[in-house]
Amino acid sequence: MKRSDDRSFRIGTGAFAALVLLIVAGIAFELTRQSTLSITKFGLKFWTTKVWDPVSGDFGALPFIWGTLYSAILALLIATPIALGIAIFISELSPRVLRQPLAYLTELLAAIPSIVYGLWGIFVLVPIVRKIEIAMGAKPALGVGMMAAALILAVMVIPFTSSVAREILKNVPATQREAAYALGATRWEAIKVAIGFGRTGIIGAVMLGFGRALGETMAVTMVIGNSPQISASLFKPQYTMAAVIANEFTEAADELYLHALIEIGLLLFIITVGVNLLSRLLIWSTKRRAITTVVMPMVSAEEVPA
Amino acid sequence: MTANLRRRKVYSGLFEALCALAVIVALIPLAMILFYVVKEGFGALNVDFFTHMPKPVGESGGGMANAIAGTFILICIAAAFAVPVGCLCGIHLSEYPGTKFSSIVRFSADVLNGVPSIVVGIFAYGILVLPVKRFSAIAGGVALGLLMIPIVVRTTEELLRLVPGGLREGALALGATRGRAVFSVIVPAALPGILTGILVALARVAGETAPLLFTAFNNRFWSTSLTQPIASLTVQVFTYAISPYDDWHRQAWAGAFLLVMMILALSILARLAVRRLERMNRS
Amino acid sequence: MTSSLTTDVTRESPSPPRFLAGEKVAKPDEGATLAQSEIKISVRDFDFFYGTAKVLHGISLEIPARKVTALIGPSGCGKSTFIRSINRMNDIITDARGKGTILIDGQDVYGSNTDVVELRRRVGMVFQKSNPFPKSIYDNVAYGLRIGGMRNKRQLDDIIERSLTRAALWHEVKDRLHASALALSGGQQQRLCIARALAVDPEILLMDEPASALDPIATSKIEELIYELKDNYTIVIVTHNMQQAARVSDRTAFFMLGRVVEYAETNTIFMNPKEKMTEDYVTGRFG
Repeated sequence: MKRSDDRSFRIGTGAFAALVLLIVAGIAFELTRQSTLSITKFGLKFWTTKVWDPVSGDFGALPFIWGTLYSAILALLIATPIALGIAIFISELSPRVLRQPLAYLTELLAAIPSIVYGLWGIFVLVPIVRKIEIAMGAKPALGVGMMAAALILAVMVIPFTSSVAREILKNVPATQREAAYALGATRWEAIKVAIGFGRTGIIGAVMLGFGRALGETMAVTMVIGNSPQISASLFKPQYTMAAVIANEFTEAADELYLHALIEIGLLLFIITVGVNLLSRLLIWSTKRRAITTVVMPMVSAEEVPA
Repeated sequence: MTANLRRRKVYSGLFEALCALAVIVALIPLAMILFYVVKEGFGALNVDFFTHMPKPVGESGGGMANAIAGTFILICIAAAFAVPVGCLCGIHLSEYPGTKFSSIVRFSADVLNGVPSIVVGIFAYGILVLPVKRFSAIAGGVALGLLMIPIVVRTTEELLRLVPGGLREGALALGATRGRAVFSVIVPAALPGILTGILVALARVAGETAPLLFTAFNNRFWSTSLTQPIASLTVQVFTYAISPYDDWHRQAWAGAFLLVMMILALSILARLAVRRLERMNRS
Repeated sequence: MTSSLTTDVTRESPSPPRFLAGEKVAKPDEGATLAQSEIKISVRDFDFFYGTAKVLHGISLEIPARKVTALIGPSGCGKSTFIRSINRMNDIITDARGKGTILIDGQDVYGSNTDVVELRRRVGMVFQKSNPFPKSIYDNVAYGLRIGGMRNKRQLDDIIERSLTRAALWHEVKDRLHASALALSGGQQQRLCIARALAVDPEILLMDEPASALDPIATSKIEELIYELKDNYTIVIVTHNMQQAARVSDRTAFFMLGRVVEYAETNTIFMNPKEKMTEDYVTGRFG
């Protein structure tokens, strides 16, 4: 009696667990299924063609790949030093009483919805960027464009990288820093030792931010200008994969158009999932090293500081 | 002190100062966003906002009553979908942690967590909109639910693992079946945390826009039907924000303010829920 | 070559360690009382607090140069806290502070003239559980030298070889200097940490239960090492293993509840202790 109850428990909960698995498989499957028209028509040329012309039915995803990668990499370049600086400050430098509030404020950045970032982007950031562009002599100075997108993405990415980096630094055994201090290291040199110990995980944290930037939709589409052109200029409006899907999905008049958009979604899926998995692997391997390298020394209760 | 030592100390101080600077630099946009949202949004809130429907294009006035109701309905659908699936999946993972099946499921949940919300929207479109050729609240709710699932799975599993093993053994020793032991003893012990996880997940998806764009779509009129397109705060804010009308811009800020308040409320609720339930558990 | 803990500018680059210069010092008479010139570390009325809790009470000791001084006592009696106060490692713990005097060669460790970073270079430390950096063996030993500004590869190679030899590890690792330090056994890692500490040419070596995490064979290697090192270094070792203290040390201090109960030559402490508490502890009646 009991055994069959246990079995039905296992199968019952297992069915829901399987559902999660099916969902992921389903996403991959459905994305592929709904983009077959485009895949069969354009093949690999889809990824190398610059032209995106819904009217003539000629679709090429290169401008969006460019825009996505360019904006994400720029965002990383801006966000990573700031995020690491925050992580180091909170975990190593700040007075204990400030730690929680600062950590909370950083998390707050992550809690703000993308659309609110976008709104602020349109009405506050873009005018500021336009002023900067005018001052730098760019023509035309629209405000919308790669610079605004990179800036807003950077702000959105900071809390993700920072909180993971903070976790990593917290997990570096204290004895590593102690060893450095005992050899006559300055505080920054001891911090460098800690960073060195957790370097794989920190790279993972950076990649996590990268994955976030790749998939961001609303804030980007509201400030990037939504123009499918490939340009290294920070001032020209450009387009990302997520943005074009968001903007043109409901306008897609024919099936080919829709399938082309979904094919872009498929690529976005593959790239972001790949980046995320890599980042988790890196973070996990650092955590493992922290646990297996050091066993807590036998420090008595009185000698452990409160 | 040697010159070398002096240089090293200067470097140390310099880099520490840069880290402090980083914190300030990051807090500036936070402060700006919150400032503008409160300044523009709060000022644009009025009774009409909560009680009226949007006016036709170009006309001023009106409100977002339907969008507010819509967001509420959508997160209810999302929770109705995600909570059972996520919790039961989490329960399975915590009860049978070592199996190959569990590893694969855990991996899948991680993958799902990293999928951009717009891609999840495409999926929901494919399975819920395309077959019936209609946008619907259900499609939008399910899309949001899909986004919630990985968070719920992870928190449920982690919290159930934290429950002391003695509890389960005690229940089983008294003759309870596995299922009863889990549901009557272990889950209640972890309930505060699980609830927090659900509220956190809700807070996250309440602010989502992209997946709703082609699932729930939008609706100018009041609608609570699950099988019709439905308005939502996020999509409405988006529509208004990119429009050329000043009045709509003001309403967009008001909507943004409401969104931020809602998410704040959900987070506070999450914290309160933990505290109250922990107090209950202890007594 | 005298050392200085003050902030006077002495030299531009680190000079070669004393053992390279072939310096050897004659051992002073074992049985004599400590002459002033032979005292390396002088501790007077030293208290230590973690927050409001007082964990060290009026410690007064005079630790002789180029001898091994052991600190014994039951767990939690402040030995580690005391030893960490000598090189001010407790500074990194918040809310911990010391009161009283610790002089090294007459200079106050807690004085305003003393630079902590320089102090820690002069006073080396080996920890209970070995803590090599996740780098190569070479880079571990080179760490202290490199942050001190040494770049010359030949100089580095030389000092690293000497340090590893001094730590009785050279022959075991000379063919794999660039392998990861984490691949070494526990005992080897600890000797690596000793080599790393020796590389920066300290005068004092503080060892906090250096062999407690090691097996008997590795332990005896470490003890042998300590015996050889004392020719050139002042060593203070914390140990809860009385036999170890009896084997390697010249003087022993018995700590109990944050106080020094008795401090004398090792033979005296173990054969002929003056205090009853000491006698009870060393004969195993408690602790």
